[in-house]
Amino acid sequence: MPDVSAVRRSTTAIKDTRGYRAFSVVNVVVLTLICALTLYPFINLVAKAFSSEGFIIAGQVNLIPRGFNITTFTAVLSDDMFWINYKNTVIYTVVATAIAIAMTTTFAYAISRKELKGRQFFIGLAVFTMFFSGGLIPNYLLINELGFKNTIWAIVIPNAISVFNLLIMKSFFENFPTELEEAAAIDGLSTYGVFFRIVIPLSKAVLATMVLFYAVAFWNSWFSAFLYLDRAELYPVTVYLRNLLAAATGTEGLGSDGAQIAANVQSVTMVLTVLPIICLYPFIQKYFVSGVMLGSVKG
Amino acid sequence: MTIRDPLAPESAPSEAGGAVAVEKPPPARTGARRAGGGKVTWRQALRKDWRLYTFLVLPVVFLIIFRYVPMLGNVIAFRRFRPGGSMFGDEWVGLYYIEMFINDPTFWRVFTNTLILGALTLIIVFPLPVVLALLLNELRSRKFKRFVQTVTYLPHFMSIVIVAGIVLQLTSLNGTINQILGAIGAEQISFMQEPSWFRPIYVSSEIWQTVGWGTILYLAALTTIDDQLYEAARIDGANRWRQTWHITLPGIRPTMVVLLILNIGTFMAVGFEKVLLLYNPLIFSTADVISTYLYRVGIQSGSYSYSTAIGLFEALIGLTLVMSANAISRRVVGSSLW
Repeated sequence: MPDVSAVRRSTTAIKDTRGYRAFSVVNVVVLTLICALTLYPFINLVAKAFSSEGFIIAGQVNLIPRGFNITTFTAVLSDDMFWINYKNTVIYTVVATAIAIAMTTTFAYAISRKELKGRQFFIGLAVFTMFFSGGLIPNYLLINELGFKNTIWAIVIPNAISVFNLLIMKSFFENFPTELEEAAAIDGLSTYGVFFRIVIPLSKAVLATMVLFYAVAFWNSWFSAFLYLDRAELYPVTVYLRNLLAAATGTEGLGSDGAQIAANVQSVTMVLTVLPIICLYPFIQKYFVSGVMLGSVKG
Repeated sequence: MTIRDPLAPESAPSEAGGAVAVEKPPPARTGARRAGGGKVTWRQALRKDWRLYTFLVLPVVFLIIFRYVPMLGNVIAFRRFRPGGSMFGDEWVGLYYIEMFINDPTFWRVFTNTLILGALTLIIVFPLPVVLALLLNELRSRKFKRFVQTVTYLPHFMSIVIVAGIVLQLTSLNGTINQILGAIGAEQISFMQEPSWFRPIYVSSEIWQTVGWGTILYLAALTTIDDQLYEAARIDGANRWRQTWHITLPGIRPTMVVLLILNIGTFMAVGFEKVLLLYNPLIFSTADVISTYLYRVGIQSGSYSYSTAIGLFEALIGLTLVMSANAISRRVVGSSLW
């Protein structure tokens, strides 16, 4: 069979049954529908952000903006607090990601070394925290006790190690060819040398994935900020947005006109908050897919 | 830890779930490498690998302070906490706070709500990524597959605040859902004021947000299945459906088991942040869950000891669930987290 395209999986070598061809068509249709349903809320959001309030209240905005206007954008962008909170989000994300990457990488590397005595103990120490935790109040009291309230540390330190990310990195390092490190050690590199000069440069894909996972998580987080920060000028933009939502739809303004009037402002703020992620997403997507694969697939 | 025969045929595919598979029997070769060395004492290990141990210092200190100290902090469930006093409480009060929540009718309401939302999430949301991954796996066009993945992963990267905002907009009186109801002549519904609608809304938003991303580990596991198995099955006359049933599904079974156990472990912690952002007093009867109640009692009203007792109860149920799930799966399916 010289004609069988090598790119396709070998399953195509045998002719498909009629039933399977019908399934393939249905499959494509179903997946297209799923994509449409997934995207619709985003498109609706953008449409509302560019629409005028009247059309939103009348319930006439779906896929296309009605009564096109960008005055709300200028209004939100000229709000000083929005910019202060946006800047906070950037700072928190950068600092927290740097701390998290340093902690996770070194820990994952150490516990991936088979020769480390007490390895199982250290793995267990981390993994147990996945299943049992102190809970909200003890954590809250601890942060208070440490004096972290109303400081950046309440946001950037307590979530520095995600055990899930740690395990992905650990299994990535475990698959690392030991010969390379042994050769480097023979050439006189210490553990530090091996780690910084050999292991780190060869782990770019998984590091990029981890940076992405942590950065997105910190960019998106709101609850620690909501809990530990009392002053508006310390808030990240997610808390700014949460307060907008709460004012309009929460207990305060339930069913009142507040909900209607705020729809446009909310949409604009949401669009501005997700914008960096949406812009970066296409570029980083290929990294995290391969990164997760690298970490999860035993080779 | 289960010791599996390294030559047993199941051991190969079971490696596929590695991302979250926590502990495995060490491969035979390391055993051989170490065999001559015998037991290494701590003193020897520290002298030889001290640089490696320095890598552990900060993370271990971190874990102890920010994970294990709060665990100890749970003792205030049995001690009276005084504002300004120790975070571990000031005097023992025994089971006072435990009795308090057992006699608290609100507690039982939020307990039931938690169980229902948790069960709905587990039964409806958990299997969907498997289905989606299987559908994706049948796609011939790599480009289309990539496109579907790109689109369905996207909601995972949204802040829960954004997701809540989107949900509130879609379900509002002038939102899309009510527009559709209006278009077909049905009556409009104020979804976020009707207790009966909260569960469907919660579960659908959960599906929207998590299902695409949930496929990623299954797709990773799928790539490790040997193509020769499919070839052999085809020669034996198995159609696509039978191939899926007898090869694909068993191939991703270890991943499914691991994720199921993890999901069962978080059963009680149902979407705390999402519920907190979505609910309002009108729908407390279905929307209020243990963690949100605990937040109101603890943080908003300052009853630290009482809410810690509730939190401890919740965490212990979670721990029991995950241990039982693990034990059952080890016995029944033969693969487990540890």
